[in-house]
Amino acid sequence: MIKRTLLVAAAVLGLASPALAAGETPVPPQVSWSFQGPFGTFDRAQLQRGFKVYREVCASCHGLSYVAFRNLSQPGGPEFSEAQVRALAAEYKIQDGPNDAGDMFERPARPADRFPAPFPNENAAAAANGGKAPPDLSLMAKARTYERGFPWFVIDVFRQYSENGADYLTALLNGYKPAPQGFTVPEGGHYNEYYPGHVIAMPNPLSDGQVEYPKAEDGKAIVPETVDQYARDVTAFLVWTAEPHLEARKRLGFQVILFLLLLSGLLYFTKKKIWARVGGEMDGHATPPMTHNP
Amino acid sequence: MAETTTAAEPTRRDFLYIATGAAAVIGGATLVWPFVSSLAPDAATVAAGAPVELDLTPIAEGQIVKVFWRGKLIFVRHRTADEIKAAQDVNIASLKDPQPDTARVKEGKAPWLVVYGNCTHLGCVPLGQQGEYKGWFCPCHGSVFDTSGRVRGGPAPTNLPIPPYTFVSDTKLLIGAGETA
Amino acid sequence: MSSHPTTYVPKSAFAKWFESRLPIVGLIHSSFVAFPVPRNLTYFWTFGAVLMFMLISQIVTGVFLAMYYTPNAAMAFQSVEHIMRDVNYGWLMRYLHANGASMFFIAVYIHIFRNFYYGSYKAPREILFILGVIIFILMMATAFMGYVLPWGQMSYWGATVITNLFSAIPLVGETIVTFLWGGYSVGNPTLNRFFSLHFLLPFMIFGVVILHVWALHVPGNNNPTGIPIKQGKDAVPFHPYMTVKDGFSLAIFLIFFAWWVFYIPNYLGHADNYIPANPAVTPAHIVPEWYFLPFYAILRAIPDKLGGVIAMFSAIIIWCFLPWLDTSRVRSTAYRPLYKQFFWVFFAVCVLLGWLGAKPAEGWYVIASQICTAYYFIHFLVILPVLGFIERPLPLPNSILDSVLGVQKSGAGMPVGAAAEPNTKG
Repeated sequence: MIKRTLLVAAAVLGLASPALAAGETPVPPQVSWSFQGPFGTFDRAQLQRGFKVYREVCASCHGLSYVAFRNLSQPGGPEFSEAQVRALAAEYKIQDGPNDAGDMFERPARPADRFPAPFPNENAAAAANGGKAPPDLSLMAKARTYERGFPWFVIDVFRQYSENGADYLTALLNGYKPAPQGFTVPEGGHYNEYYPGHVIAMPNPLSDGQVEYPKAEDGKAIVPETVDQYARDVTAFLVWTAEPHLEARKRLGFQVILFLLLLSGLLYFTKKKIWARVGGEMDGHATPPMTHNP
Repeated sequence: MAETTTAAEPTRRDFLYIATGAAAVIGGATLVWPFVSSLAPDAATVAAGAPVELDLTPIAEGQIVKVFWRGKLIFVRHRTADEIKAAQDVNIASLKDPQPDTARVKEGKAPWLVVYGNCTHLGCVPLGQQGEYKGWFCPCHGSVFDTSGRVRGGPAPTNLPIPPYTFVSDTKLLIGAGETA
Repeated sequence: MSSHPTTYVPKSAFAKWFESRLPIVGLIHSSFVAFPVPRNLTYFWTFGAVLMFMLISQIVTGVFLAMYYTPNAAMAFQSVEHIMRDVNYGWLMRYLHANGASMFFIAVYIHIFRNFYYGSYKAPREILFILGVIIFILMMATAFMGYVLPWGQMSYWGATVITNLFSAIPLVGETIVTFLWGGYSVGNPTLNRFFSLHFLLPFMIFGVVILHVWALHVPGNNNPTGIPIKQGKDAVPFHPYMTVKDGFSLAIFLIFFAWWVFYIPNYLGHADNYIPANPAVTPAHIVPEWYFLPFYAILRAIPDKLGGVIAMFSAIIIWCFLPWLDTSRVRSTAYRPLYKQFFWVFFAVCVLLGWLGAKPAEGWYVIASQICTAYYFIHFLVILPVLGFIERPLPLPNSILDSVLGVQKSGAGMPVGAAAEPNTKG
C-alpha cells in the first residue's frame, strides 16, 4: 500500500519535472541521423560536405586542434584520399622551429600535423571576437546537450539515444530568429531560439547558398544548399570529429553482444544441467510457508 | 562441518560443457587482443614516424649534419674527395665487419654517407671528424669509425648501420623511405 | 582460514612437495571448490563475483590507460583525447574504464541492498559487513579522484567543491584543504597526487576484499531464509554449483555493461567534462557522477556547511552500526512483513535522494531533500531498533532444504519469537 502510493507519487513528480526545470528554452527537434542506432554509419558524402562548411564558414574563428589531417583519410570518416589530404595539409602553415639560427619559422603542414588554431592563443581569440574566444569544435558534439526529463532519460537508454549534442547543434544553427516582442538583446549578442538564455555571442554564421556543394553528373544539386542542410552536414562532421571511431565501436558492440548472448545461453543450460544433480534450484526464494501461525 | 551434497560425476565429458568451456576460452582470448594491440605504436606515433625530407644544398663538403627520424639520430655526411678515396682504398678482409664503401652509399652518390648516429657498442653518440681515420670517434669506450662509418678499432662490434633512405632529387633526401643502401 | 578442514589431497609428487611448503592450492580448494554454500541462494548472491570481476576489470583497463595518460594539468585533457583517437583500442579502454566505474557502483548498490534486506550484516557477520563499508568508502574515494583525472570542467569544479568541504572542519579545516590541494586552489599538484592515489587505492581495495572474503568464509554465506546450514542437503559445494551460477550472472551483467560501453558510452557522464577545465568559468550545474547523488543530496539538504558534511559522512558511517541498531531476532526480511514495507519505503527514499541530488538546490527540491534526509536517518535510528521489538515475524522454516522444497508442516515452523536462533552462531 505504502509502496504503491510512493510509486505513484514518484511518477507524478517525475512528469512534473520538465516544466519546473526546463525554463523557456525549447527542446531541439530530433533529427534522423545516419549514424544513430546500433547499426548507424556516417554518410561519407555528408561528412565531406560538412568539412567543406567547416572550412569555409567556421574555420576562420573556430579551431579543430584535436583533429589531424591524416584523420580525414582514415576509414570511418570522410575518407578523402591520401593525395587529397596531402594537398589539403600543404595549404596550411604550421609554426615550427627553432632552426639552427634560433628562429621560429613556418612550414607547410604534413598529414601528421593537427589543424592549426586560427588564433595564436586564447586571449588573442577573445580580443578578436568581442571578448569571448570562439571554442574549439573538435569535441563540440559531445560537449553540449539538453535536459531530457522523465520519462525520456529512461527510454533513451533503450533507444540508445546519444545524439543529443548533434540535435542541439543543428537546432542552434537553425535557431537564429528575430527577437520576439519585448525581448531586449544586449549589445554584441544575437537572439537564438535554442541557446540557453537566448543570447549568443556568435552571429548567425550560415545563409542559403553560402557554400557550394558538389553537383551530380547531370549538374543538378544532390542536396539543397540551404541553412538547414549546412547545419546538418557540419553537425555530422562535428560528430565525427568528436567520435572518429563511432562506426568501429558500434560494429564491435554488435559482435560482443552477440557473443555474450551465445555464451549466456550456453552457461544457462550448463547451469541447469549441473543443478539438476541436486534436483534443480526449485525456486531459491525463501517464501514464507503458507501455514498459519500457531 | 556439514557434508555437502554429492552426485554421481558425469562419466563422459558432455558436449554442453565443452561448448561452454570453449566459448569462455575464446571470449577470454579475444578479450586479450585489444589490450595487446594498445601496446603497439599508436596512430600519432606512426604518423610522426613518417619519412623526413632533408635539403642537401646547404650542406658544405666535409660537413656532417644531424637529423632525427623515429626518435633516432642520423648523420648525413657530405664527404670530400679525400674522404671518399680513403673509404674506398681499404682491404675489406681486414675489417672487423667487412663491407665495401660502395655497399654503404647509393650508386652515383658516393659523396653522401647516411648512417645512424649511435655507436654500435653501447649507444653513445660518436664525435665526427675525429679518431685515427677522421671518420668518427666514440669517447665512451674508444671505438673508432672511418669515413664510411665502418668500425676500425675499439669494442664496437659492427659498422654504423644505414637507415632506409632515398634521393628524391639530387638535392633532396627522403630519410625513412626506400631500401637501405 | 575457514572453519572447515581442507578436503584437498595433492596427487602428483610435485603437488605434494609444493603443498607442504605453501598450502595455497588446498586453501583455494577449501575456499572456492569444496566450500559449502546454501543451496537456496538467489542471483542476488552472484554480485560478489560480479564485483570481483569489475575490480579486476578496472585495474586492468586502468593500468593500460596509465601507459598513455599524462597527469599534468597542461596535458591531461589532451592525453585522454590522444587515447581516444590515436591509441589502438584506446577508445575501448577509456569507455570500459569510465562505464566500468558505473557498473561497479550498480553492482555494489545491489549487493548492499541485498545485505540490508536479508540481514546479512547481523551477527556473526558484523566485521564482514564493516569491511564492506570500508571497501565502499575506498571505492568512492577512488572514483572521485579518477573523475578528476581527465581535467574537464566537471573534473576541476567537482574537485573544487568536494575538497572545499573539508574547510568546514573547525580549526584545522583550511589547513587540511591546502594540504589536499598542494596549493592555493585545485591545480597541478592536486591532479598529480590524485593520480598517484587513484592508482594506489584499488590495490588497497583488493587487500580489504581479501579480508572481506576471509571474514565471510568463517560463518559462510547468509541465504534468503536467514537460517544457517544445519545438514548436508542444505548446502552444495561452491564448485560447480555457484561457479556456474556466478558465471551465468556475470555473462548477463557483461551484456548490460556492453550496452553502455558500445552504444551509449557517454550517457552516464556529463557533457561539460568534454570542455577543458577553466578556472575562470563555473558550469551552470555542478553535478557529481550518479553514484554520489544520494549523498550529495544529503549534503545540500543541511543549510549549515559543517552540518551538511557531517550528515553526508554519517549517512555512510551509520551503516557500521547496523548490526546493533537492528534489534530484530529474525534475520531475513522475507519473514518480517511489517519491516518489509519500511524497507521498500527506505529504498524509494534512497532513489528519490539520488534524483534530488541532480536537481538544483532551489524551491521545493530543498524541502524534499530535507524530508528524505530526515527519513533516512530515522530509518536507521528509530525504525530499525523499534521494529525489532514490536514486530511479529513469520515462522521460520525448519531448514534451508525445507524452505526450498516448500515444505508445509502445520505448527512445525519455529514458533514466533522463540529463538529465531540464527542471530548468534556458535
